[in-house]
Amino acid sequence: MEVRDFCATARVVVVAGKGGVGKTTVTATLAVAAARAGMSVLIVEVEGKSGLAAAFGRPPLAYEEAQLAPGIRARTLTPDAALLDWLEHNGLGRISRRLVRSGALDVVATAVPGMKDILVLGKVKSLEMGRDADLIVVDAPAAGHAVTFLLSPRGLLDSVRVGPVRRQAEDVVALLSDPSRCQVMLVTLPEETPVNELVDTAYAIEDRVGVALGPVVVNGCYEDLPLANDDGCSAASFRHDGDVLDVFVSEREARDLAAAAAFRVERAALQRHQADRLAARLPLPQIRLPFMFRGDIGPVELDHLATAFTEELARL
Amino acid sequence: MTGTGPVPHTMDEVVEQGHVVLCCGTGGVGKTTTAAVLAMEGARRGRRAVVVTIDPAKRLANALGLDELASEPHEINPALWDPKGTARPGGHLSAMMLDPKATFDRLVTRYARDPQQAQRILDNTFYRNISSALSGTQEYMAMEKLHELHAEGGYELIVVDTPPSRHALDFLDAPARLLRLLDNRVFRLLMVPTRTYLRVAGAAVQSFLRTVSRVVGAEVVDDIVTFFRAFEGMEEGFRQRAHRVQEVLAQPETRFVLVTSPQRDALDEAQFFAEKIGDHGLSVAALVVNRMHPRFGDEHAEGLRARAASLRDLPVSSPEGQAARDHLAAGYDNLADFNEIAQRERRHLERVRVRVGHAAVAHVPFLAHDVHDFDALSEIAALLFSPDAADR
Repeated sequence: MEVRDFCATARVVVVAGKGGVGKTTVTATLAVAAARAGMSVLIVEVEGKSGLAAAFGRPPLAYEEAQLAPGIRARTLTPDAALLDWLEHNGLGRISRRLVRSGALDVVATAVPGMKDILVLGKVKSLEMGRDADLIVVDAPAAGHAVTFLLSPRGLLDSVRVGPVRRQAEDVVALLSDPSRCQVMLVTLPEETPVNELVDTAYAIEDRVGVALGPVVVNGCYEDLPLANDDGCSAASFRHDGDVLDVFVSEREARDLAAAAAFRVERAALQRHQADRLAARLPLPQIRLPFMFRGDIGPVELDHLATAFTEELARL
Repeated sequence: MTGTGPVPHTMDEVVEQGHVVLCCGTGGVGKTTTAAVLAMEGARRGRRAVVVTIDPAKRLANALGLDELASEPHEINPALWDPKGTARPGGHLSAMMLDPKATFDRLVTRYARDPQQAQRILDNTFYRNISSALSGTQEYMAMEKLHELHAEGGYELIVVDTPPSRHALDFLDAPARLLRLLDNRVFRLLMVPTRTYLRVAGAAVQSFLRTVSRVVGAEVVDDIVTFFRAFEGMEEGFRQRAHRVQEVLAQPETRFVLVTSPQRDALDEAQFFAEKIGDHGLSVAALVVNRMHPRFGDEHAEGLRARAASLRDLPVSSPEGQAARDHLAAGYDNLADFNEIAQRERRHLERVRVRVGHAAVAHVPFLAHDVHDFDALSEIAALLFSPDAADR
């Protein structure tokens, strides 16, 4: 599949996964891949602090949109700001400031669980309707929050029977349950616990939220290196290489080479096992992204990851 | 002694002298596992220990004998955590899983004037939302449970895993946030409509509520008003309770263990935490860094990469030579990969280490498998603690 085709599936892609699996990295990677394919991308951040802007080598985001790279814009949507925005649009600007200042907003938001999520998703919906970008990538809150986040519009329909908040929830449910408008891309690491949790999250999202699931991203996979030759990756094998090539490989260096090679080969096998296990338990296409040894995620790494993402997508 | 003394902390000191030990950190860095290891080690050193976990991964929960019903501490068979019978005498290990709603319900029952008041609150929709869905409730209830175990549990060592959050500090602010909510002025005004001097304010509040009703519906507002009426008179109990929790946190026998991974974002957050906790007059006793990449030898990555590159330029004539060249170059590239990431992790870590002053710093390398049994917990304990400190 071409990146363009992937992006044409649905204008909104929600990237979700447990904390620490690299959701933000995957969000940025998708954005770079899509921008390269000539699409305009808007990234929506919902949890405030994340390394998103840093990954593009930019200062932290504000509520206002910022250009992160050519073709890639980003903004943070906090519930409070989204609420003020929404109240303005609904002719309630007068009370909005009082709501926030008196703390009554917190009380009301507590009375209507999911209201804050609705406000954020509602804003995403209006960006989508406004055709603000070819692709809108939402960096979702960490899972199980992701399930709650996506489930809240349905829950809200049960607790609020009338009024503009209900209409907002209905619009959001319509967006989430339409595969031609929205898909969820789940992210995990090729490790046992993250894989187990991803499977649970996937079924919860599909069964309870009714959102279409796109490919699963397995992040941080060790790339294969031809480390194990016929002699395995023993110290002797590296010394043997030295002899054949007539270059000096010291005893100690051969030991380090062997230990590092064994570590990588063993971990890569474990990772493959976990990714395969995921494939067996969750029948969704997988995109495996390489682990970045060389640096913290910055523009260079994103470029590399976007290439890998595009290649993996082409395989599907 | 926490932080102010010149004596540096050690991991041994944390589990031998600490009374309340809080494992803090962002999500996905191994807090729950670390908490379990600390409590287990305390028990092995002859202390009565309990670990309070929050949403542990299923297999670790099974190993600790936790299921959905384990919302009260239950003892773990010593044969599991002390298979060789070498622990110091007197040790005891219990584990429990935090159930925020049950904990909150008990608090309500405790501070209600009578069972009727308690029931009115427990039945209220708004209360059910607070106790199960409000962010911050989990944090507050973890603190509440901690206080309960401290005051009534008879434990010498209470290790608490804090809820996963983007911000490690959330649990410190949670009690204040919840109290602010329960103490909301606008809604409290509604509870005393009979007092004449509030009539004016009351009218303004009524008009405000009418607007809110238009937005979210009258039923929702009714629920809120009913809740605040029912809750009247209980805020003081809650406030005092929250205050006592803060006192426990400030006790000299309390230890903050900051758990992190060596990635830049996680360490940024750890550094932020260390600074903020200092603002509260507290300090970090130990920094546990999980999932450190191993380092093989001490050669710099740049040199190793150069070596790999020059090998690739080496002219070879035979297939054997070609195979040897590719294999050896891959070997150097791989060694460079690991030494590069290890250098970077240690550099990031150094930045945080200087912030935590006298804290003990412990590294746990990447383990080949996930941690979900006592053997694996023991493996980590062996890395965290000095081998001769326990009679193992």
